[in-house]
Amino acid sequence: MINAILVFNNHGKPRLVRFYQHLAEEVQQQIIRETFHLVLKRDDHICNFLECGSLFGGSDYKLIYRHYATLYFVFCVDSSESELGILDLIQVFVETLDKCFENVCELDLIFHMDKVHHILQEVVIGGMVLETNMNEIVAQVEAQSKLEKAEQGIAGPAVTVPSRWQGGLSAAPSRAVSAVKNINLPEIPRNINIGDINIKVPNLSQFM
Amino acid sequence: MSDVVERTLSVLPGLLGQHDPGTGPGGAGGPGRVSATSRLGSLIRSITALTSKHEEEKLIQQELTSLKTTVSAPTTTLRLMKECMVRLIYCEMLGYESSFGYIHAIKLAQQGNLLEKRVGYLAVSLFLHENHELLLLLVNTVVKDLQSTNLVEVCMALTIVSQIFPREMIPAVLPLIEDKLQHSKEIIRRKAVQALYKFYLIAPNQVQHIHDKFRKALCDRDAGVMAASLHIYLQMIKENPSGYKDLTGSFVTILKQVVGGKLPIDFNYHSVPAPWLQIQLLRILGLLGKDDPRTSELMYDVLDESLRRAEINHNITYAILFECVQTIYTINPKSELLEKAAKCIGKFVLSPKINLKYLGLKALTYVIQQDPNLALQHQMTIIECLDHPDPIIKRETLELLYRITNGQNVIVIVQKMLDYLKESKEEYAIINLVGKIAELAEKYAPDNEWFIQTMNAVFSVGGDVVHPDIPNNFLRLLAEGFDDGKEDVQLQMYAVQSYLALLEEEDALYPQKFLQVMSWVLGEYSSLVTDVDPEVILTKLHSLLKKTFVTSETKVWIMAAVTKIASRTSCSKTVDKLIQEFSNSLDTCMRQYAFELKHLCEDKALMKTLLPFDASCGDMVVDASLSFLDGFVAEGLGRGAAPYKPHHQRQEEKLSQEKALNFEPYGLSFVSSVSSSGVTGRQSPTGLSFGSDTSGNSAETGHKETNTLKLEGVRKLWGKEGYLPKKENKVGKENEPQTLSCGTLLAGQVGESPALQSDQVASLSEEDKEKQQLASTLFIGLGSNAGVSLMGKVDTTIQKFKRKSKINETQSSEEVSDFQISAASDFGPLLDTAPINVEDCEGNTHTRLRKSSLCSSDIVEENLAFETPQSLKKSGLDERLSDSRLSQSSLFADSNMEIFQPSPSARCEGASKTPLVPSLPEELEDLTHSEVLELCQSDALALHLCKILESPTYQFPVIEAQCVEHCQKCVWMDKICTQGILSASVHYQSELETRLQFSITLSLLDFIRPMEMTTEDFGKLWLSLSNDVKQNIKLSSSQDSLSAAMNTLQQKLKLHIVDTIGNEGILACRLLPSVPCLLHCRTHSGMLALWFRSPCAALPDGLLYQCQKVMEES
Repeated sequence: MINAILVFNNHGKPRLVRFYQHLAEEVQQQIIRETFHLVLKRDDHICNFLECGSLFGGSDYKLIYRHYATLYFVFCVDSSESELGILDLIQVFVETLDKCFENVCELDLIFHMDKVHHILQEVVIGGMVLETNMNEIVAQVEAQSKLEKAEQGIAGPAVTVPSRWQGGLSAAPSRAVSAVKNINLPEIPRNINIGDINIKVPNLSQFM
Repeated sequence: MSDVVERTLSVLPGLLGQHDPGTGPGGAGGPGRVSATSRLGSLIRSITALTSKHEEEKLIQQELTSLKTTVSAPTTTLRLMKECMVRLIYCEMLGYESSFGYIHAIKLAQQGNLLEKRVGYLAVSLFLHENHELLLLLVNTVVKDLQSTNLVEVCMALTIVSQIFPREMIPAVLPLIEDKLQHSKEIIRRKAVQALYKFYLIAPNQVQHIHDKFRKALCDRDAGVMAASLHIYLQMIKENPSGYKDLTGSFVTILKQVVGGKLPIDFNYHSVPAPWLQIQLLRILGLLGKDDPRTSELMYDVLDESLRRAEINHNITYAILFECVQTIYTINPKSELLEKAAKCIGKFVLSPKINLKYLGLKALTYVIQQDPNLALQHQMTIIECLDHPDPIIKRETLELLYRITNGQNVIVIVQKMLDYLKESKEEYAIINLVGKIAELAEKYAPDNEWFIQTMNAVFSVGGDVVHPDIPNNFLRLLAEGFDDGKEDVQLQMYAVQSYLALLEEEDALYPQKFLQVMSWVLGEYSSLVTDVDPEVILTKLHSLLKKTFVTSETKVWIMAAVTKIASRTSCSKTVDKLIQEFSNSLDTCMRQYAFELKHLCEDKALMKTLLPFDASCGDMVVDASLSFLDGFVAEGLGRGAAPYKPHHQRQEEKLSQEKALNFEPYGLSFVSSVSSSGVTGRQSPTGLSFGSDTSGNSAETGHKETNTLKLEGVRKLWGKEGYLPKKENKVGKENEPQTLSCGTLLAGQVGESPALQSDQVASLSEEDKEKQQLASTLFIGLGSNAGVSLMGKVDTTIQKFKRKSKINETQSSEEVSDFQISAASDFGPLLDTAPINVEDCEGNTHTRLRKSSLCSSDIVEENLAFETPQSLKKSGLDERLSDSRLSQSSLFADSNMEIFQPSPSARCEGASKTPLVPSLPEELEDLTHSEVLELCQSDALALHLCKILESPTYQFPVIEAQCVEHCQKCVWMDKICTQGILSASVHYQSELETRLQFSITLSLLDFIRPMEMTTEDFGKLWLSLSNDVKQNIKLSSSQDSLSAAMNTLQQKLKLHIVDTIGNEGILACRLLPSVPCLLHCRTHSGMLALWFRSPCAALPDGLLYQCQKVMEES
């Protein structure tokens, strides 16, 4: 399982922090700091795996990181993850970011933190790798931003109405929501031809 | 700050406009939106501009205060709230708590439109944890969203559930999520599976009933859903592999289809089909096939195919390969696959990419137990990795070396580890490595000096981070010692001397743990060293006490040491001074010790009994009921003191008092306490029993008792765990010599063609030679040539700590001392067992050979029971061999060589004086053997010797002969020497117990055998060997041709002629059991140039000597 995903810049400023196990705030900050120091010491031509000692409380954990220009992408994983697999997952994540932001840079991560988190949620969920297919991830994200735009169009006037919190506070948004619901949602494209079963269902009749 | 930030700042405004999603179709968006964004923007801008942490903190606190007012203001729109949440997330990321916003995040998720909801959910998942009380407020929202007709809302709800959900509320959403498994959209099904996985993790019992739904998910028509279900299966199989064996076939089928490219092209990553899916499946298969031949059988094909298909073109194929290799080595082995996997590991290890090299080393470490030869193949790479600039690689290499350590290479490996330790600054690495060094040192220490020095290094480098077990085990080892008392004393003395030397250095700073170890050892054993005045030691300890860096805990240790030493000296000025100094110390503990010392010094006799010498291992009888205090307690009670109440009782009373005022008079509580303490205590003379808390008593008598208890307590520390009992020690001894006897053959996997051999060898740079030298020392004992694997596997686990005799100057004489030890300890019992053997062989004369398989002490453990025909008296005969020539480093241990002793021939006392002609039994007659020689004889016994130079392939049957007893021994040479003498004696009983001593001279040639090999093998082997010796010999006229000379060598030295080309010839032989020696010879102008190579340094020299002798003779 992935325990944490940390992105920080060359100065150790956190840019994206996502822990998949609950840790106290101070511990999290300490992990970010120590991880940064561990990673910073290493130059770019040595291996991308690092043992992080007792940082997470066990000896089992490993840091797998990549350095892109000004940013370090660090995944902290336990022994049940494949090192090289995670290394390429980072690549997938970064390439996806690049596609979504068109030439992603450090600032994109800061100013669109929520979006970055949403993209990450399509890749890793609850510490498990959910999707590794870049097209699929991008499709999901695009569908969402389409939705955002649609919402923007409808919700735009709703906001200009000086709605009071108490008054019809949720009235306007809920109207917007129902409007969205009525819109035929963009079909999320997925290049699997479901009709023609590509992956054969194993014969599991004995328990079905 | 750096220019990077400056540049960042300069482009900020442009970027803000460019990337702001708010500036969408609605033109400039709402006014609130812009201001919010710019607020985040300005926040970030101002943070980046700051230089100190303190300023940042101030700024963020300001920001948080303003956020707090904004979010709690009723006028705040949800849209503004969303912006606030993003800012809060930012602040939290920087480590500033913003708990005031949590409830608003939940509200936002509840009330917002899709966009705001999404941010609300995100904020919740980032802010809260599973057990947060606010999370309950989210449940309703989740339930509502799960029932929504809007796919996006369902998706969001499933996402939050699979990230964070309160355990106790699972039943509320479980049916809804189960329904989603049938949803028509695959993304929903996939997230539902993920949510169920989360539930399985946090509450496995609650999802037990839907296991068959997992199975359906596994055969979902969408590969993505199937992949998600693998998470659940991996987890479940990890916990209970046997429960899912029936699914093996399914997993294999799936993997086959994936590998075979049956998935849509969309799943490809760098044209590899679904690599992550493959990795996952391989892991599952590994878990399923572990220790299960039948299940493993099912997966061999697909593993083979995976290996084959994974053509090297990208990182990710290596990931699959690595996983494959790991699976192959985990499941029930199949040699064909193992071979392929080994090749794969080779690719990893030899790869120039560091990541792959690292994984290769990891894989090697993983398989080394199963296949030590693999490490031999890659030894040069491993050596290079030792000097790799990347500490991670180095550490992994050391881990690998740690696994292959044995008695022979321990010194080199531990040295490498210490070198690394000295450079390393990471605490984690230090702790880890220090533990390993200590373990290796205990297991394989070749001698006392090395052991103590290594442990000193461990303590001084490891500092105070070393695991407490390490000093504990070390001291325990010193205290308990081994079989040999003398040995122990040597070790203890050496330790004392080395510590005294260390303390000699004035400004040296030692870690506390090290000081504690030193002071304990000095306290216990300094009296063993007679040439040092105790006063000197006391002065040193005293000066340590005054040092500021010494913690008070360590001071207590030192004080204890001082007390112990003081008990063995009559009177000491230092002690007096010390007492004076610390009697008014502010440290109460020290003060107490000073007082105790003072009182003890006044009564030397008492002190001596309290602190007996070397009694740290003795069992102590502690009167746990503290009955000796009864009188004191009774007296106290008599004077009206309140009786002692145990802690829990006091606690209870305190609680009950808190509830209500206690109006009971004291008398009652006295009774209750007496009765309750009576339950725990024993019967005391007064009929009552009182548990006594020592700390509570300040009376003088109690004081003294406390003192002794505490002192002993310190010793007792080493009593509990860790060190191996002595019996196991012996086992270790028996196993150890094996490894020592086997030289190493460096398998020449370098890959040069044999034709180039000699040139290449010549051009080997100095550095390479050095490395090879290192390799041969590191990998010694790991494998051997031509498949003659002596040990099969490195039996690192069996070998226990082994102490060696100190009598021998040379390190090589280890066996000898071992031998002696076992002779001393094993012989007694052997004599006792003799009668039992006699009973065994009732009726007829026969010899029984007892062999404890494959161990050196075998030599001594020989029992011979026989019957003399005339007297029909049963005699137990015990033959002992004991090496008498310690100074000569000739070492003999069990080997293939059979020394046949047609002896002792017992003869009738009065009858025919004609000695029976000893002859070899028929089975041995055919084997190459030497002439039968008479060794010695007494009036009743004649000993004959015959060397069998071939090892027979069958077991020796019982040898029957009227009056001739045979006994066979295997001997091999451990340390190369030209000649060795084996002395032994035979004990026999006719009328009197008689002992007959004899000795046998064995030469190096007795242990040399021809070694058959091809020219090609010779070439490979030649390159891998590092010890060479060259010499020119003048040829005599009779054998001036090369062939004549080679024939002589073949006949006289039993060398095997491998090949002859022109005026060059190559020969090969081996020293039993399997140390090869290669010889290259060339004739030119009447000279014969000999060039020997062998993994064993002494062997070429020895052989050269023999060659010269032979050539001169002929």
